[in-house]
Amino acid sequence: MSLSANDKATVKALWAKISPKAEDIGNEALSRMLYVYPQTKTYFSHWSDLTPGSAPVRKHGKKVVGGIGLAVEKIDDLFNGLLTLSELHAFQLRILSHNILVVLAMLFPDDFTPEAHLAMDKFFARVALALSDKYR
Amino acid sequence: MVEWTDFERTTIQDIFSKMNYDVVGQQALARCLIVYPWTQRYFGNFGNLYNAAAIMGNPMVAAHGKVVLHGLDRAVKNMDNIKAAYAELSVLHSEKLHLLGDCLTIVVAAQLGAGFTPEVQAAFQKFLAVVVSSLRRQYH
Repeated sequence: MSLSANDKATVKALWAKISPKAEDIGNEALSRMLYVYPQTKTYFSHWSDLTPGSAPVRKHGKKVVGGIGLAVEKIDDLFNGLLTLSELHAFQLRILSHNILVVLAMLFPDDFTPEAHLAMDKFFARVALALSDKYR
Repeated sequence: MVEWTDFERTTIQDIFSKMNYDVVGQQALARCLIVYPWTQRYFGNFGNLYNAAAIMGNPMVAAHGKVVLHGLDRAVKNMDNIKAAYAELSVLHSEKLHLLGDCLTIVVAAQLGAGFTPEVQAAFQKFLAVVVSSLRRQYH
């Protein structure tokens, strides 16, 4: 599965619209991932506070959403564009992606149409693939 | 036996009592067919599913979406024994049912907005997971 020109355009358009709320999206999505899927907490056992909306969560949420923004920029060459990002993410990305989609539906109900949902879902699948490319 | 907290019970009852079954059912099923097009294979007799617009406007999709939501009602009313509630339901339910569950979560999130807190999301997803697991049980 690869991203069509339409998919890329849809992702870019949606991201442009929602990026003013990027910090909130990152915080909400990461908070939900940790709360709804507690098994993901093991990756962050070194944080002082893993509750939704806590300072470490908010800080990392901002980083996460920055990474996604980078992926949107590099959408035409995800495999090379994401080389510098730690490959640690790929396994968790499926769960995190689900929560990002939930947050987008919550915050942008009118923009998150089925077509936008489809494009974002495909995009996250590609990002996960690009990140796991260097696993072995 | 699944254990439900008071918060989980109240949350599920609340979400479903306020839900417009016609709208949510149609939206969730349509979204599923659009976002995961391979699920269309289960609905070969539904007519035109060629693109998102066709799916959104398809009356058979809308009708079946409503059936699905009313089917969920059975679980909402029998939260302490969801397995038994679905004992005679058609075994036709696919291994991919969790995809429809994901779409339903997205639709409910869009409906509730800020009200779809992490705690509410957790309760809702737990409920759906129990339902999906009960339906899959029929296979073995």
